[in-house]
Parts: sequence; structure tokens; C-alpha cells
Amino acid sequence: MNEQLKTDPTKPAQRMRAGGMTLSLAPWIIAAVAMMALPMIFTNNSALTIMNQMSITIIFALAYNMLLGQGGMLSFGHAVYAGVGGFFCMHLMNMSDFFATIPLPILPLFGGLFGMGLALIVGSFSTRSAGTVFAMISLGVGELIAASSVIVVAFFGGEEGISGDRTYAQPFFGVEFLQQIEVYYLTAAWVIISAALMYLWSRTPVGRMANAVRDNPERAEFLGYSARWVRYYSFVASGFFAGVSGGLFAINYEILTEENLNAASSGIILLVTFLGGVGFFFGPIIGAVVFTLVQTVLSLQTELWAFYAGCLFVATVMFFPGGLAGLIMMHVPAVKLGKWKLLIMPYIKTLIPAAIGILGLCALVEMTFHYRHGATGDNEMTLFWTTFDSHTLMPWLIAAAVTVIGIGIARMTAPSLKEAWDEANTMGGAS
Amino acid sequence: MDLILVNLIDGLVTGLLLFMLSAGLTLIFSMMGVLNFAHASFYMLGAYFAYSISLALGFWMGLLIAPLIVGVAGAMVERYGLRRVHQYGHVPELIFTFGLALLIEELVQFIWGKNQMPYDVPDILNFTAFAISGNSIPAYKIFMIFISVGIFIGLLYVLTKTRVGMIIQAALSYPRTVEALGHNVPLIFMGVFGVGTALAGVAGVIAGPVLGTFPGMAFVLGSIVFVTIVIGGLGSLWGALVASLLIGWITTFAKSYNIEMESILNGIGIATPENMDDNMFRDFWSLTSPQIADILPYILMVLILIFRPAGLFGKRTQ
Repeated sequence: MNEQLKTDPTKPAQRMRAGGMTLSLAPWIIAAVAMMALPMIFTNNSALTIMNQMSITIIFALAYNMLLGQGGMLSFGHAVYAGVGGFFCMHLMNMSDFFATIPLPILPLFGGLFGMGLALIVGSFSTRSAGTVFAMISLGVGELIAASSVIVVAFFGGEEGISGDRTYAQPFFGVEFLQQIEVYYLTAAWVIISAALMYLWSRTPVGRMANAVRDNPERAEFLGYSARWVRYYSFVASGFFAGVSGGLFAINYEILTEENLNAASSGIILLVTFLGGVGFFFGPIIGAVVFTLVQTVLSLQTELWAFYAGCLFVATVMFFPGGLAGLIMMHVPAVKLGKWKLLIMPYIKTLIPAAIGILGLCALVEMTFHYRHGATGDNEMTLFWTTFDSHTLMPWLIAAAVTVIGIGIARMTAPSLKEAWDEANTMGGAS
Repeated sequence: MDLILVNLIDGLVTGLLLFMLSAGLTLIFSMMGVLNFAHASFYMLGAYFAYSISLALGFWMGLLIAPLIVGVAGAMVERYGLRRVHQYGHVPELIFTFGLALLIEELVQFIWGKNQMPYDVPDILNFTAFAISGNSIPAYKIFMIFISVGIFIGLLYVLTKTRVGMIIQAALSYPRTVEALGHNVPLIFMGVFGVGTALAGVAGVIAGPVLGTFPGMAFVLGSIVFVTIVIGGLGSLWGALVASLLIGWITTFAKSYNIEMESILNGIGIATPENMDDNMFRDFWSLTSPQIADILPYILMVLILIFRPAGLFGKRTQ
């Protein structure tokens, strides 16, 4: 009992309980196996491209979440670190003498180091405080570097950007990375390594202190930790992994332009991370996967994909601030109580009509768009595998009826879903 | 000398336009403590609404009605969106307004399309007011100056001299006390948000014909408005005015005088390197002031945040 009194009160906390450094292996092995197996299921090249894009976004989003989710720092210019890391890798690729001596798989490391270097400089003044001041400095620095990409042609290559050729690297066990599939495995390996490192980082004392500083900087200071330095470490580490993702981008696309740095890219990564959920480590992974799918698959179907993505984002912020990961984790208590089966039927009753209603609403939106902006004389449009004339009344009536009925049923069944939800989350009672 | 006068007028127009946006933004910030990323989007909505109204009823009705619609839309956003997100904390609020800005841009593209709208200066103001040694000053610019100055004086009067203004000021600092005295504080917040966005709407209506009415117009001005209120000091109306004018003049002067980095460096005694093509800093040497005019505000903001985080007129919090 007296043991606590023996610690020296003049010194800061001497030992802290940060969750063990051990890694629960199961999810990682599953992820690694899944990433190995995916190219065997989706063999065509466009699927590989999407998966590469997804992997790069996953690393970037996880790096971003080190700031936003774990450190409570909202950055509006994080694309800069990824972009600058990528540009640096591209310059390395173009230094043929040096590039011929290094194997390609370690190239992202250089991108990471360069991104980290930039973060070391910027972080030295931007992490002094969190919140609005940090957000504004990140916005200002982001805009500055994005704007200078057009001015500093020697490094950023002006408007056309810079390009290179990844195959000039030293062959890596005979692999020259000529094919997409080889690049995929390189990217996949980096995803697993970076994600594992970032997870381990979040378990170290520094990672834990980042959470403490996010929640209550004043209290963390009273415990003897400098909130500023804790933020600085998170920022630098995040810059490193952002740079890694930039390096992978350089390997994948072999070209980098101003688009990799600008505010739009920074905005997208915020969107991805928040959509996935900032509260959990795996949130950004879900966000990256979902967003890349929306971006690539939905944009083939409709011109309005950005509009839907915007609606989804605003709805997430308003109704599910935990994001998709939060939505999934909401069900943990019900599963633990063994009552999750109670939820299946109400979910079917409410969510399926709601989904149909939303699809009807989308049809109305698409028809309005076609009606207003379609070429004159071109009244035919194809929607959900049916072709019809958007200037006649019938399709409008059908779409409106589907919307009203779908959402109406969802509204009617919503109270019983709520009841089932409460029941599933209460201990005891009949199961 | 004449050119200086012309640039002074141009900078004044830009600065006052910025001020109309930043005034609303800074009021909203001091009230709710949240930076409204969608503020410039309301400016864009103002321009688009005014264009649509001007097709049917003419420019002047547009100037009158469009800001009202924008203000009501802003109040609705506060009532049904922001107030809901408020419970989750500041960062989600900031992210919400950011998402709203994206959504409004997409919405505008959805309704009006991606092209620039032919929204023009009304005929009655489409003449040259006066000329300074060959540089003509359009009457519309003078009109813009008068509108902005009028709004500034009106705002200052309402905030400092009327009872409503006093309640608002009190609600900014002591919302709970004001509520205890029987005033409906959430309603005041909603009202201020509505008025702030309506001001942005006015700015959009009068800027639309000169700066162009296109879906990217919010993005062009959006981040500059933030920079303005950060430089001026968050929450300070006077700071917003000074910073707006400062930015207006700096960018205008940087654009019209072609100052080269080479001559500055030579001036402070650094010789131009011999073979420029191999030099690492060749882009740095060939910099000119029009090139960097648009990023000067950002440089200024970063410097201000480093050396005087509270801004020019802001109160020190720590």
C-alpha cells in the first residue's frame, strides 16, 4: 500500500503503463494473406491499379490519422509532405548513377526521410499549439508550397511536373518491376510494414502521450510532459509515413505534378480519414478502401460522384462522427452480450427500404441533372440498366414513388429498430 | 505617381471586398469559436442567386433579394447543421464546414453547370467614372467602394450604438449571463450567423460581375479570407478591416510593379552568379513580384502566426 509513496515526487512520472509492445498477430496475418491473395482473384490490370491506389491512400490516411485521430491536430496541408517525398524520390530516379545502385523497394524510405525532414522544419513552429492555430499554419504552409511548385521549376518541374522510370533501379532479386503485379507486391509489403510500425508507434509511450495531449494538454503538462514536444514527435513521424506514401506514388505512376501537393489533395485525405473514422486505428484503412472504390467505380457510372461523396461526408460528420469504424464498433457491446441476432431482422426491415429510397432519390438527382445539362435533342438516358426518355413524366413518377415509399417504410420501421437496439444493448433479460 | 493612385484605388476595391467577407467570418468566429470554411461558398451562392434573379428582375432586385436568401440559408445551416455538430467539439465543427464547402461547390455545379455565367455589370453603371492620366476607373468600382463602406459603417453602428448590438456583444463574452437575463442566445447566434453569411452574399452579388461567376470562385477567395482574419486577429472587426486593406494593397502593388529578386539581391550586395543554368537557386534568382503576389498573404500569415500568434489586433489569450 505504501509502495506509491516511495516514488520520488519531485520527478515526473517515472514509469508509465503503455499497452504492451506485443502485437496481436491474427489481424495482421489475415491482412497479409488477403493482400497476397487479392491479385489472384482480381487479375486484370485495372483492378491492380485500383488496389495500388488503395494501398497508397491507406498509408497516407494512417499517417494523417496519427495527427488527427491520435494527436488531435487538424491539418489542411498534409498532402505537401507526401508530395514532396514523392518529388524527391522522382529526382532520385532521375539520378541514374545513384539510382542504379539501390534496389527499388527501398526508394520509399528516402521519400519518407525527405518528408520527415520537411516536417522537422515546419513542425518546429507549427506544433506550438494545436487547434485553430495549427490548422491555419498547416493551411498557410500547404498553400505556400503548392504555389511555389509552379515557381521553383528546378525541383517541382513547373506545370507539367517531373517524371521518371522506375526500371533503372538495381534489380531486386532479379525483379525489375516492369509489370504492374510486381509493383503491387512492393506496395503491399510497404502497406503491411508501415501499418504495423504506425500501430506499434501508437502503443509506445510517445503514442500514448499523444492521446493524452489531444484530450487534455494542460493535465499532460502538469504530469511533466511538454505538450509541444509530444505534438512535434507525432508530426514528424506522420511526415515520415506521408513521405513513404509519396514515394510509393512516384514508383506507381512515375509522374508527380502540382496536383499531388495542392489543397484539394489535402482536403481529400481529410475526407478519407474522417469517413473511415478517426477514433480507431483501422478507421482510415476502411476509409481509404471505401473512398477509392467510390472514386474509381462510382465515377465510371456517374458524373456526379463528387456530389454524392460530399453528401456522404457531411452526413458522416453530422450523424456518425465516429465514421465507418465507429459504426462498426458500436455493435461490439451487442456482440459481447450475445444479443446481436436480435438486430438482424429489424436491420433488414429498415435498411433495405432506406437503401431503395436513397437509390430512388439518386435517380431523381440524376434525372434532374440530365434534364438540365443533357445535350439538346438527346432525351434518352440510361439509369439502373433501363433506358428511358428523361423528358416524359412517367420515369419521374416512378422514381418519386420509389423514393417516397422506400423512405416511408424505413421511417415506419425505425422505432422498432430502436427498440431492438436498446434491447440488444441491455444486460440480462431473455436472449 | 499617377500609377500609385490607380493602384491605391484598385487595392482599396479588393481590400473592401475581402473585408465584407472577413467581417462576417470574424463575427461568427468570435461568437461560436468556429472558423466557417464554407463562408466563401456563401459568397459564391450570393453571386449565383443574384445572377438567376437578375435574369428575371434585373440587377438591383438581385442585390436586394440574393443576400436575403443567402442569409436565410446560412441561418438554416446554423440551426440544423452546426448546432447539431457543436456537441462533438471544435474539430468536427471545422470539418463540417469544410465538407459543407465541398458540397456547395458540387451543388452549384449541379444546378448551374461548370461554365462561367454571363453575369455582367448593369448598364447604368457601365461607364468610366474618371480617368487618371489615361487609366480609366470604371464607375462600378466606385459603386463597390461605396457599398462596402456603407456596410461597414452600418455594421459598426448596429454593433456599438444599438440595443441589439449591445446584446450581441454581451452574448459574445458572457452567453450564460445574457441567457439568464432572459434573452434567447441560440436565436442570437443563429441571427449573427445569418447576417454574416448575408454579408458574404452581398460581397458575392457585387463581385460576381467583375471577378466572374464560376464554380471555383469560392475556392479562389476562400483561403485568402481565412488568411485575412488570422492576420487581423481572430474576432477583431478592426483587425479584419486593416488586414483586408493591407492584403488588397500588397497584392495589387506586387502585381503592378515588376520587382525582380535579382535587383534586390544585387542591391544588398550579393553578386549574380556567373552561370545561372547550373545554379541550384536559379528559380530563386529569377523571381519577380507579380509571380509571388498571390502567395504573399500566406507568407505574411505564417510569419504573423510564428511571431505574433494572436494576430495584429487580437487579444493575447495566454
